[in-house]
Amino acid sequence: MIEVEDVYFTYPNGIEALKGISLTIKNGEFVAIMGQNGAGKTTLVKHFNGLLKPTKGKVSIDGVETTKVSVATLARKVGFVFQNPDHQLFSETVEDEIAFALKNFGFKETVIKKRVSWALNLLGLTKYRKTSPFMLSGGERKRVALASVLAWDPKILILDEPTIGQDYQQKEKLRQFILQLKAQRKTIIIVTHDVEFVAECNPRVILMREGKIVADGEASKILTTPEVLNQAFIVPPQIAQIFFQLSDLGFPRNIIDIYEAREILLKAIRRKTM
Amino acid sequence: MSVFDGLKFRRVYSPIHNLDPRIKFIYVCAIFVIAIMFGELLPLIILFTFQIPFVLLAGVKREWIRSMRGAAFLATIIFLTNFVFAYLGARGIGQSLENAVAMTLRFIVLIESFSIFFLTTSPDHLGLALEQTHVPYEFTFAFTTAVRFVPVLAEEAQTIMDAQKARGLELERGNFLKRIRNYIPILIPLIVSAIRRSLELAEAMESRAWGATKKRTNLYVLKMHKGDFILIAITIGILAVAIYIRLYLPIPSINQLLANIN
Ligand SMILES: Nc1ncnc2c1ncn2[C@@H]1O[C@H](COP(=O)(O)OP(=O)(O)OP(=O)(O)O)[C@@H](O)[C@H]1O
Ligand SMILES: [Mg+2]
Repeated sequence: MIEVEDVYFTYPNGIEALKGISLTIKNGEFVAIMGQNGAGKTTLVKHFNGLLKPTKGKVSIDGVETTKVSVATLARKVGFVFQNPDHQLFSETVEDEIAFALKNFGFKETVIKKRVSWALNLLGLTKYRKTSPFMLSGGERKRVALASVLAWDPKILILDEPTIGQDYQQKEKLRQFILQLKAQRKTIIIVTHDVEFVAECNPRVILMREGKIVADGEASKILTTPEVLNQAFIVPPQIAQIFFQLSDLGFPRNIIDIYEAREILLKAIRRKTM
Repeated sequence: MSVFDGLKFRRVYSPIHNLDPRIKFIYVCAIFVIAIMFGELLPLIILFTFQIPFVLLAGVKREWIRSMRGAAFLATIIFLTNFVFAYLGARGIGQSLENAVAMTLRFIVLIESFSIFFLTTSPDHLGLALEQTHVPYEFTFAFTTAVRFVPVLAEEAQTIMDAQKARGLELERGNFLKRIRNYIPILIPLIVSAIRRSLELAEAMESRAWGATKKRTNLYVLKMHKGDFILIAITIGILAVAIYIRLYLPIPSINQLLANIN
């Protein structure tokens, strides 16, 4: 469980990036943090594994305050995949890259081998096992970075902009994969600008603006409330836009799911044609 | 990163910032030469104090103090070695001390004047100055780009450190050799991304017609103003005074002065 109590954070250069954030994320929750560039999303999630410590206020993970333990200790529990994979890749082969964290955490050699194969397979990277990570494409490098964190099976997983540079098929795989982790009761936190992706996943959405939380709730509610979205400069998903425009015909406004939309439209069509 | 901070330009406006970088550079060189000319403490103290009005006028006191603090470590080493060797060379405590302080102050004056120069001169301005003194544009460009990317690189190093810490890297763990090896996961991404960035920059520049014509034109042209002429006068003045003193006047040591008073 992640507990954030009235957190303020100011960077050394004087920029106040968080201004009084309070929130609780329970075990097994799936959360998407959204908001315009510079809203403070990355700054907030960096508090969850202790990379940043609050200037004022308190952040605790499972009841332990982040100021009391090292980042390495927290990292065992909280996996964090950075926005840019080039900030972490350094090994000669993809395999070594994935083993790096496992070695840091002191896993046994046999366990490391097994975990590496598992992670490679999970993200469709097995054929690149012996390739240098620097030879891969941008999207593939991003997946290597993800695999290198998943390998140690953290309880809480934070993904900063996971969908950037992924083709549609990989995005869909990522979604399936997140749902699978959710089924295993992992806590998943994604930071993203991708409304369509969020609409398809239907997580809890936390909307940020200028260092503050402006909305927090179900995706289907937040992504269909124009006043809230305007505040955070977000355009609603396409399905929601269609239903906005149909609302004067008596259609509901809070639809973001394709299947739900299909059902409603089908019903209406049948009523007309019969 | 505190050493870099002392050289990092911040865009503010002051009489010093507006000076022509070429003249400023000549001034800094003059101070440099004078500092080398004198090994005695008294003139070095004067030289040191002489710079302080510039710092105040430019409004970069905080940054300047920080760069002085960054130099403190090296200054201490210079002081200790000079003192120990002078003392072992069988000079008196007083004289060894004075000599060591003088050598340290000489170093500080050099750092001081260069730091004033870099704190008050924007990389663009400097590039312009180089270009207008007919340095080939390729060199000018390489130089200004390098200067501009130092803070970017420092920031990137921080992010990389964060990313590796998030994967359980502990920099402070292990013996001396292990600690050096701990930095490999930070250095490699830093170097790779710097190279990647420079290649991307080169491509982006070429696609914007870099080097298409031999003769580039500039939006801004450097012109000399009143302040620049004043600085030239000051530079020539102190250089002349310094040379005169060096050649014709004896310089008393502080020890002698103190002895005379008693
Ligand atoms: N290392 C840093 N030093 C100083 N200021 C920073 C630093 N990192 C971020 N900031 C500032 O803090 C504010 C919040 O930045 P943050 O990176 O958290 O935004 P974000 O919501 O993740 O944006 P994006 O969508 O662009 O990733 C911004 O105003 C930014 O300029
Ligand atoms: Mg961000």
